[in-house]
Amino acid sequence: MDFKLTDKEEALKREFETFFEAEMNNAPSEFGNGGLEGVYTSDEGFAFHKYMARKLGEKKWLSLGWPKQYGGLEATIMEQVIFDDVRGYYGAPGVDAFAVGMFAPTLLVGATEEQKQRLLPPIAIGEAFYCQGWSEPDAGSDLASVTTTAIREGDHYIVNGQKTWTTGGHKAEFMFLLARTDADSKRGKGLSVFHLRMDLPGIEVRPLAFMDGEHVYNEVFFKDVKIPAEDLIGVEGEGWNLTRQTMNFERSGAGGFSGAKKMLESLIEYTKTTNRNGQPLSKDPNARRKMVEVFIGSELGTTLAYKIAWLHEKKDFMSLITAASESKLYSTELAQQLANYATEIMGPHGQLEAGACAPLGGSMVELYQFCKGATIYAGTNEIQRNLIAWTGLGLPRLKFK
Amino acid sequence: MNLDYTKEQDMLRKSVDEFLAKECPFDEVREIEDSESGYSAAKWKKMAKLGWMELYFPEEYGGLGDPFGDVAIIMEEMGKKAFPSPFFSTVIQCGLVLLEGGSEELKKDLLTKIATGKLIMSLAQLEEEGSYLEAGINMPAQRSADGFVLNGTKMFAIDANIADKLIVAARTDEGVTLFLVDAKDPGVTCTKLNAIGKDNQCRLIFKDVKVSAADLIGGAGEGWDILEKMAQKATLAKCAEMLGGCAESIEMTNIYAKQREQYGTPIGGFQAIQHYLADMKIAYDTSLYYMQKVAWMIDEGMDTTKELSALKAQVNEKFKFITDKAVQIHGGIGTTREFNIGLFYRRAKAHEYIMGDTDYHYAKLADALDL
Repeated sequence: MDFKLTDKEEALKREFETFFEAEMNNAPSEFGNGGLEGVYTSDEGFAFHKYMARKLGEKKWLSLGWPKQYGGLEATIMEQVIFDDVRGYYGAPGVDAFAVGMFAPTLLVGATEEQKQRLLPPIAIGEAFYCQGWSEPDAGSDLASVTTTAIREGDHYIVNGQKTWTTGGHKAEFMFLLARTDADSKRGKGLSVFHLRMDLPGIEVRPLAFMDGEHVYNEVFFKDVKIPAEDLIGVEGEGWNLTRQTMNFERSGAGGFSGAKKMLESLIEYTKTTNRNGQPLSKDPNARRKMVEVFIGSELGTTLAYKIAWLHEKKDFMSLITAASESKLYSTELAQQLANYATEIMGPHGQLEAGACAPLGGSMVELYQFCKGATIYAGTNEIQRNLIAWTGLGLPRLKFK
Repeated sequence: MNLDYTKEQDMLRKSVDEFLAKECPFDEVREIEDSESGYSAAKWKKMAKLGWMELYFPEEYGGLGDPFGDVAIIMEEMGKKAFPSPFFSTVIQCGLVLLEGGSEELKKDLLTKIATGKLIMSLAQLEEEGSYLEAGINMPAQRSADGFVLNGTKMFAIDANIADKLIVAARTDEGVTLFLVDAKDPGVTCTKLNAIGKDNQCRLIFKDVKVSAADLIGGAGEGWDILEKMAQKATLAKCAEMLGGCAESIEMTNIYAKQREQYGTPIGGFQAIQHYLADMKIAYDTSLYYMQKVAWMIDEGMDTTKELSALKAQVNEKFKFITDKAVQIHGGIGTTREFNIGLFYRRAKAHEYIMGDTDYHYAKLADALDL
């Protein structure tokens, strides 16, 4: 057993570190910890997201793992995990979660050659930003029950219905949409995936304010929206298979763990420089214990992330599915633990949001709220537990009606 | 990066598994637990022939010179079988103390005997206060004309009741010093304590026990450094054993959940049970991968102060969590002596104290993080 990175990987890691270290100096003040809220709640945040995307695009780091023919670098999974690890530590934006994280892998797996040639390059150079058209009011964890329709009429599909929880729908220029191309179909059958412009006539985007009032999520309404037929991705009716592959696009979660470690470092610094009851907070036994617990979580999580990279390299896909669910669960619950512990350690100052007197710029109380979304989106942690039980332990699957 | 075990390591794991499966089914574990000696001399002799005891000893002391990661494999498998033996006290704790601090003569003599199963040893470190710290070692070793005289009480000396030799940590003017003491010395009184692990947790009372200057391990005042070096590897080994216990607890509970039916269906189909088992698996998998990483770091000679404390604290808590939920899923039958899961529930608590409890390691880690 050997956990050492190769010389090439080490060199690449240093290159990533140097880049992010320098570029994060350009972050707007109060950018936060690199979460979705930093990118979508302000114009400055989104502008920085775009700036970083173009910088990363120049390096071909948005397309690290893609085939060279589409502008990729054909980097190994290990190299991609190292990139996520370093980027997560710096809390850097620029890698669009939807364009780069979800739609590009979908295109690579299921698009026609013409679509790949047309849609991948703008993503690779950091010019195309997407939102995700999956969830609906009655289709959350049970995504296969979507009801939005896209019915073929001549050279177009006509879309009617509603999507919700559309992160960044008010900022993104494009959406990838899951809709029913056969109005009479049920569940996984008759679904298709589309690429569409968000400024098409008939699309209405309404803000869905987060509990703190911030604008990250949206509802998107479709009324007789015309999408050119060439923007149906791949084969009509095969959208569910394609979507499931996108869901299964393995993520190591490395960035979540390194991000937690970076935030812990800030918290440690804060406790060493803040006094209460005549001593630094870092000497308080309760505070020490809490910070140590988070440290342990980030250590174990990072090891899990690299294990995932290894399982991927070995093509051990059954173990990989389980480990990816473990990582999603572990990283999101670690973030909640960190946010809760940090705001506890801060005492009454823990409630202060960005502005006067707020410790660490209010980032921890912000995380305390936004991290609540993370255990819900991208497959609730309950769904992840089901998957671990079914694929990892061979327990009986639930029977659906 | 290569996170696979070698073929040789897979074979080692298989041979430990097969030996213990044949030699020590759970019914025999219970018999051994209930015996006064708390181990089987016959099985110990058989084990000595398999090459496990000298596995990591350097070749010049009759060993095989294997990396310490191989010891973790043996410990994992022993943990799975809940195998009671003096392997940890003798081969790991005392073997490491001798390697780190013993004179050439002592090493040649004692390590060879350990390797052949002819010598059982016990480490007497903790005292009545129950402190894991250097400051917790206060038993005096008084200088005499030709050596030292030991008086006082040691606690939680594992396998002292069956040991031939003891390694005793006591305080001289120079600081903590380690002494090699004959376990059968008339001044030594050993009492086996009634402990949750049904293992050989012993109290030792020393009354005017004379030790010659030649029986020091390391120099006077060098004892704590030697114990710390021992602890690096022994903590890893104990964690590996505990993780073996975690693996077996999950395995037997998973099988049970698929077989046991209520309301006309296996209970493993209920989400309440599935989510418990998923959480158990996450706790185990994450801890196992981390243990493997720390084992590698140790064999690479890296500083593992933070990592070992993180690991032991984690494994302490997760072994308890996993066995708690394992018994819960078994239901009432899981609380009986007859059912095997109880062996692990008790061991989780017992092993928590060996090589440092959670509070100790949290405090040590906080210091290491410069808090």
